[in-house]
Amino acid sequence: MTNHWSDIKNADVILIMGGNAAEAHPCGFKWVTEAKAKNKARLVVVDPRFTRSAAMADLYAPIRTGTDIAFLGGVIHYLITNNKVHMDYIKSYTDMTFLVKEEFAFVDGFFSGYDVEKRKYDKSTWEYQMGEDGYVRTDPSLENPRCVWNLMKAHFSRYTPEVVENICGTPKKTFLQVAELLASSHTPDRVMTILYALGWTQHSTGSQIIRTAAMVQLLLGNIGRAGGGVNALRGHSNIQGLTDLGLLSNLLPGYMSLPGEKETDYDTYIAKRAPKPMRPGQMSYWQNYGKFHVSLMKAWYGAAATKENNWAFDYLPKLDKTYDVLQVFELMHQGKMNGYVAQGFNPLNSFPNKAKVSAALSKLKFLVIMDPLATETSEFWQNYGEFNDVDPAQIQTTVFRLPTTCFAEEDGAIVNSGRWLQWHWKGAEPPGEAKPDTEIMAGLFLKLRELYRKDGGAFPDPLLNLAWNYKLPHEPSSEELAKEYNGKAVVDLLDPKDPTKVIKKAGELLDGFAQLRDDGSTACGCWIFSGAWTEKGNMMARRDNADPWHNGQTLGWAFAWPANRRILYNRASADPAGKPWDARRKQVWWDAASSKWVGSDIPDFKADSAPEEGMGPFIMTPEGVARFFARGMMNEGPFPEHYEPFETPIGVNPMHRNNPKATSNPAARVFKGDMEAFGTAKEFPYAATTYRLTEHFHYWTKHVQSNAVIQPEQFVEIGEALAAEKGIQAGDRVKVSSNRGYIKAVAVVTKRIKPLQVDGKTVHHVGIPLHWGFKGVAKNGFITNTLTPFVGDGNTQTPEFKSFLVNVEKA
Amino acid sequence: MQLSRRQFFKVAAGGLTGSSLAAMGFSPTAALAEVRTFKLARTTETRNTCPYCSVGCGIILYSLGDRAKNAHAEIIHIEGDPDHPVNRGSLCPKGAGLLDFVHSKNRLKYPEIREPGSKEWKRISWDEAYSRIAKLMKEDRDANFIARNADGVTVNRWLTTGFLAASASSNEAGYITHKVVRTLGMLAFDNQARV
Repeated sequence: MTNHWSDIKNADVILIMGGNAAEAHPCGFKWVTEAKAKNKARLVVVDPRFTRSAAMADLYAPIRTGTDIAFLGGVIHYLITNNKVHMDYIKSYTDMTFLVKEEFAFVDGFFSGYDVEKRKYDKSTWEYQMGEDGYVRTDPSLENPRCVWNLMKAHFSRYTPEVVENICGTPKKTFLQVAELLASSHTPDRVMTILYALGWTQHSTGSQIIRTAAMVQLLLGNIGRAGGGVNALRGHSNIQGLTDLGLLSNLLPGYMSLPGEKETDYDTYIAKRAPKPMRPGQMSYWQNYGKFHVSLMKAWYGAAATKENNWAFDYLPKLDKTYDVLQVFELMHQGKMNGYVAQGFNPLNSFPNKAKVSAALSKLKFLVIMDPLATETSEFWQNYGEFNDVDPAQIQTTVFRLPTTCFAEEDGAIVNSGRWLQWHWKGAEPPGEAKPDTEIMAGLFLKLRELYRKDGGAFPDPLLNLAWNYKLPHEPSSEELAKEYNGKAVVDLLDPKDPTKVIKKAGELLDGFAQLRDDGSTACGCWIFSGAWTEKGNMMARRDNADPWHNGQTLGWAFAWPANRRILYNRASADPAGKPWDARRKQVWWDAASSKWVGSDIPDFKADSAPEEGMGPFIMTPEGVARFFARGMMNEGPFPEHYEPFETPIGVNPMHRNNPKATSNPAARVFKGDMEAFGTAKEFPYAATTYRLTEHFHYWTKHVQSNAVIQPEQFVEIGEALAAEKGIQAGDRVKVSSNRGYIKAVAVVTKRIKPLQVDGKTVHHVGIPLHWGFKGVAKNGFITNTLTPFVGDGNTQTPEFKSFLVNVEKA
Repeated sequence: MQLSRRQFFKVAAGGLTGSSLAAMGFSPTAALAEVRTFKLARTTETRNTCPYCSVGCGIILYSLGDRAKNAHAEIIHIEGDPDHPVNRGSLCPKGAGLLDFVHSKNRLKYPEIREPGSKEWKRISWDEAYSRIAKLMKEDRDANFIARNADGVTVNRWLTTGFLAASASSNEAGYITHKVVRTLGMLAFDNQARV
């Protein structure tokens, strides 16, 4: 979230789309209710189903799954043509005046540089025009046709309300009502928030959907403002923290990235990630990348990371491609992987096309499970009849199952969606011999290190030199690890302004990331978490819930990254002169008397940069402003475009009827065999989508007695019209099949799913909750991801769980 | 603790709490019965965070046992933390059922192994588990570690074993996991955020 949960109460308009907060995040959704009750906020819900969130909405619009870019593109078109944009905001805080290269083009569904054979773009034309002074050329008059503003206007001019209705199935009248309500937040005294979840992420165009939403919020001037922002409601309790800590194939902690095999020169690696400002006077905060990186390597490798060995740069593995889970299971399926460890993760249930995942796991030599619960993945080799029809004798994988503690049995911090690091304490011992994950990782590592010390082996250096100075090496404490990611001084740190002064003595904890250095004198395991555990103590354990400004920014509760800021980009809550856009919603402002930025939140800005200096509020970008034009940072284009899901119920992209190659995301990666496993509307005519229920959490609570009692049995939801067509009664058992397999479940026939008219066809949706499996105390059921397609978003490779095709028949 | 009627009045006369109890119409027997049966009064309270969705609701664990070294703590109740600025004491149907997660009969208790082709689990010791897993990992790493790519460039990667990290484990677990996994040279490494 750019903002956070209690901040939702500050909104005037709330858009829930690509999520169902009332069902999936009920206690966070209370702040929507609060905004409605106390702030007269209006709630808009756009969803294929009339959800629990929709039931609370002032306005509900149905939409066909996978068409959100068309809908939001229509909103952008509406805002621009009706002059409902916050012009003062976008002129100063976005790239609208920047000039784009003449060669950049968009023709027939493809941006310039597309290679049809490779399904990839050469992105060299997706860039600004650079002036001789080394800065981007701009035209503040907006007359130049190559302005981002003019290109954007032209791009979205095609997304008329009629086009929206035709693609999304949303009646034009309803769409216009939504657009009008959203547009009402373009004035400085009104703010809208957008709440989304995996209903946006899990599409082959997921990242671009979210970008389109960000563009809407920029046009309305709602980023950086209390009650505004683009807010990802993450699906798990510490998925935010694990992402922050960089546990992804291509990342390092704090959104740093691993080097590729073409950037093995250390200086080139750093320089590429530390861009110089592209406009005069801009901060471009990533220029400090070297400080964050060297401090990380000092935290990991201590004295073995030296200037001479480029801070142990060779210890880091170099990427030849991304090893996301789809890529890894593809390799596993090809028999190219031997071992796999699943820590608190249930891939058999969580990944698409269960048949492929199961076949892949069966080819492993060994599989290690670390979990508090008996997951399906840990028993993928066991026969559970129709639910898991395999022959154990044929599966030669050695499987280890290691019991771990759960939340109640350990100390530590987890990060909520609002970026709050909240500490929790152990309340009891774990059952049997279960151990915390920290201890198991230590146990495995120490055993490996012992073997490498004794017998040698492939490149033992990083293992032998890994910093492991924990009091009890087999049981590193959460306190020690938290202090390590906060960071400390390696030697006495002298004040750069007055070298006679010592800022921090060697070994002392740092106050924050501003103290990090690139000369090896600081060590810090995750720069964005710096400040979480300082010499003043554990900031994550703070419990002062005082809210002196009555705006929900409880600065004394826990610790929010970065630097305890509660709302990101909050400099944009003030006008270019440093005065709040809205006097009723004061966040940060320029205080001329003290020559400082002050306010009710920690300013997300250079604290002493006067407004006259013209520094932009988006300090992480080299432009200093937010981008409507994504340059080469997205794989399928600098502007979002509607592409159909890979399994489309209409078989054509109405935006590009004459170019079948632009039907679905042209830059999405599809493996051989998976393309063939896609189904067509002829055989599988219904648009399916998967989701959660409020009574269950993912695949965990089927192990929990009380949840199993209130929601015991697997079901699917179909509308009354489809049920009538198929002769299905509520309570009948039905078989739902895709081109990859089938599930059987009880049919719930509902008024909450209505057929939509799309491009001259009637499209029915089938709703499939995801919570069942063959392990648990609830009634056993089928794994929903038996049905889903093995293709991911063009940038993140997050699977397209939310849009695929099925058939439904009586079982 | 048993108080006689006379003792109760002695206590009641001694303080405001006692007298207001009486003023509200509590009869001694009813009040005493309440003290005896109110189990939470005997528990230890521990602040924690709900492990399910990302709202991060504050919860309070109530456990029997006073954290003395030989007293086995047993969590008997979990409820919302009223001081928490987001959930203000409330919980959803998932959070409200957390006690049954902690005590689920499907909690794993011991390290186990399923040998190739077998239909069953066999209990093993932690030491045996670490030893066998480390041996398998080392064999695979030593056999398939790529120090240099085809162009002779140092790449130091190990691609034939992968790791999936959790979605609810703590920052500290995530941090140490990352530290170890990268040190081994693994690239096939993701967490739940990928899906």
